[in-house]
Amino acid sequence: MIGINIYLLIIAIATLLSMYRVFRGPTTVDRLVAVDIMTTITTGLMVLFALYYKRAIFLDVALVYAILAFLGVIAFARYLEGGI
Amino acid sequence: MSITSTVGEFLVLFGTIFYFLSTLGLIRMPDVYNRMQTATKSATLGSLGVIVGVGIWAIGHVGSYSWVTKTIIIAVFLLLTNPISAHALIRAAYKSGIPLWEGSVVDKYKEALEREEGEQ
Repeated sequence: MIGINIYLLIIAIATLLSMYRVFRGPTTVDRLVAVDIMTTITTGLMVLFALYYKRAIFLDVALVYAILAFLGVIAFARYLEGGI
Repeated sequence: MSITSTVGEFLVLFGTIFYFLSTLGLIRMPDVYNRMQTATKSATLGSLGVIVGVGIWAIGHVGSYSWVTKTIIIAVFLLLTNPISAHALIRAAYKSGIPLWEGSVVDKYKEALEREEGEQ
C-alpha cells in the first residue's frame, strides 16, 4: 500500500506532460489529441483513487466519465470534419 | 501481503509506466499523426494494466471480489472506444488538411482516394 502514492505521482507527471502539449500544440487537433489522452489517464486515476479510499462507488464514476469523454471526443471530431 | 496484492500492484506499476511513456511520445513526436500513433496505443495498454490491476489488487487489499467484474467492464469499454475516438480524430485531422511531416514516406489513404477517383 506504500506504492500507491508513487503510482499517483507518476500519473500526475504524465498529466502535466500532456498539459504541455495542450498549451503548446500548433493545431487544434494536437490539443484535442492531448485532451483525449488526458481523459484516458484520468479514468485510470479515478479507478486508483477508488482503491485509495476503498470505496467501490468511485468505480461507477470512472465508468460514466469514460462514456462522457468518448462522446465529447466524437462530437469534436465530427465538428472538425464539418459534419455538424 | 497476499499473492493477489503483489500481482495487482505489479500490473498497476506496468500501466503507470506505459502512461508515462505515452505522454513522453506526445511531446516528443514531430507531427499530429505520429503523436496520435504513440499516444493512443500505449495509453490504452496502460489503462488496461492499471484498471485490471486495481481489480486484482482489491481482492487482497479490500477483500471483495465485486471489484474485478466492475473493473473488467471499464477496461473492456476503454478497449472498445479508445481506437474509435482515435480514428475519428485522425480522420478529422486529415480531412481538415493538416500536412504530413516532411520525413513521412507513405500515405496510403491518399493513394486509396486517388484510386477511387480513377475508377469513377
